[in-house]
Amino acid sequence: MEVRRKERIDRGIKVRSEGIYCVSSPKEMLYVAGPRLLLIAGLLLLPLVLEMAPYWKRVVNIMCVYGLLAISFDFLANVVGLVCLGGAMFIGVGGYMTAIFNVYLHCPVFLAIPLAGLSGALICTVLLLPCLALRGVYFAIVTLMYPLLFTRIIEALNILGGTNGITGLDSFPNPYLENYVIIVLLLIFLFGLRRLMDEDIGLVLRGVKDNDQSVRASGINVAHLKALAVFITSFIGCLGGAYLAHLYMWAGLSLFALDFSIIPIAAVTIGGGGSMMGAVIGTFILVPLSEFLRFFGTFRIVIYCLILTGFIVFRSEGLLTYFARKYDQFERWAKI
Amino acid sequence: MDILVYGIINSVTLSLLSLGFTLVYSISRLPNFAHGALYITTGYFIWQFLNALGLNYPLSILVGIALTAFIGAMMYRLILIRIRGMEISEIIATYAIGLAIIEGLRWGGLRGSTFTLPSFASGSRVILGVSVDDQRLLVVVVGFAVFALLYFFVHLTRNGLALRGIAQDERAAMMLGIDSDRMAIVAFAIGSSLAGLSAALILPLGNIVVEAGYNVLVFSVAVSVIGGLGSWPGAIIASFIIGFAQILTEKFLSSHFQMVIALLAIIITLLIKPSGILGRQKELEERV
Repeated sequence: MEVRRKERIDRGIKVRSEGIYCVSSPKEMLYVAGPRLLLIAGLLLLPLVLEMAPYWKRVVNIMCVYGLLAISFDFLANVVGLVCLGGAMFIGVGGYMTAIFNVYLHCPVFLAIPLAGLSGALICTVLLLPCLALRGVYFAIVTLMYPLLFTRIIEALNILGGTNGITGLDSFPNPYLENYVIIVLLLIFLFGLRRLMDEDIGLVLRGVKDNDQSVRASGINVAHLKALAVFITSFIGCLGGAYLAHLYMWAGLSLFALDFSIIPIAAVTIGGGGSMMGAVIGTFILVPLSEFLRFFGTFRIVIYCLILTGFIVFRSEGLLTYFARKYDQFERWAKI
Repeated sequence: MDILVYGIINSVTLSLLSLGFTLVYSISRLPNFAHGALYITTGYFIWQFLNALGLNYPLSILVGIALTAFIGAMMYRLILIRIRGMEISEIIATYAIGLAIIEGLRWGGLRGSTFTLPSFASGSRVILGVSVDDQRLLVVVVGFAVFALLYFFVHLTRNGLALRGIAQDERAAMMLGIDSDRMAIVAFAIGSSLAGLSAALILPLGNIVVEAGYNVLVFSVAVSVIGGLGSWPGAIIASFIIGFAQILTEKFLSSHFQMVIALLAIIITLLIKPSGILGRQKELEERV
């Protein structure tokens, strides 16, 4: 029997466009920038394309919020190595903070959202600080508990509007602004985080995941680094939550819902972790899917979990890595 | 006095709940975030066997627990075995399976107060001047029986010793011919059946509601973190601490704060002694 194996070879254009050489000709430039430009242009045009369908414009907004959560989960899990099982915590804290700034302190929308992002990130970081100096599953355990805990506290003490939530938040001045605020935020943070990973600090952060002892041996405080990473990600998450609260004009207990924790995880697993781009692609698949599955109610979470488990077990590389391979390499069967 | 009596009952309940989680973690180093889901599944199975299939009560409990043990073992054999060692995937996978089970049951109609199991013992008696119903006493009795059985199992039987060997040093145990995967399957089966047993004992005290799945998970995780992840005696001591703390908060504050207490206890533990009360010298391993 003839034994063959699959051989993968980089495409010529991929090799030619590596590093500085990519500026040698328009073709190479397009090869490198094409997929990224496609994403940016597609996202920016989406609200205009969906002009006739206001409902789906709203879905795009929510999709971008999930996208923010997914890139922050991806950054935390696959770069720094901290698995956050409670993305809802960021959304909830951000949403409630913006409600406090906007309703109680009468800040305008575009001041309240950044303020909520900063203060919420600070709160989340301080709350998560005790488990940052430790390895292992502690971070996952503590983040799992916080969203449940916030719900209980707000119910029990009947603060911040209790079970009714805080109503009467200002909405965005016009629907286009509503769309583009979140789309631009998503793009900024997506490319910002990718940039950050290529900086020195990104290298050190990846070192924290791979070998924290050697990072420590280089005289760098691992707990500080982790706190910085948690601050960045919770800032992104809280901004998403603040935006969502203004979109609904309401901040309530459903901001701590399970969906905000599980969809980003599923999106990252489906899209492929480590590059942020996979996370965004995963959300763009999952969130519209969940709109079609609205009929099923909570059964949607079961579907996400099954897809997620399937991907983790059988296709742990994710879709993006798969397509990137097809884009960069060709495959052929070779005799051994 | 009622604080003492109910404190002990609550503590034994908690340690029954958390023992499964601790056992699985100590042997396979896998945090089983599906623990609460397995607990509630057993309740659902027993209810189904009892009402839909019309089996008698002890038989349906037995079958329910066995089925849960089988689900736990299959969870390891079919899914977790493939991602062993990839820490992030392990956490996500167990969490996803747990969520799938809980939300699936919620969708399948497990809500409201229609799901109740009959209690085994309906009488009540007075102990130390406090009246306690027999079902709660049964929890304590069975709880201590389970501790004793588990103790003898891991100290005297071949499989039990193998489990302890894997828990203490996986590589050395493998060199002595103990199959780590087989032992992990056994651990998952035992851990799940402990979750099932506690469900069979505790659920007759109230309704079967899916939210209990999350609560059980949170409290069992809290107990095993405080006792030291993977330490069985530590888990029992910690469950007495948390159990009494819960009863005290319920008496002096309100029952809503029970989860706050659990989380506070975790955070204090992580700040002061991250390896827990009886964590075995893992401090060097776990602190960065």
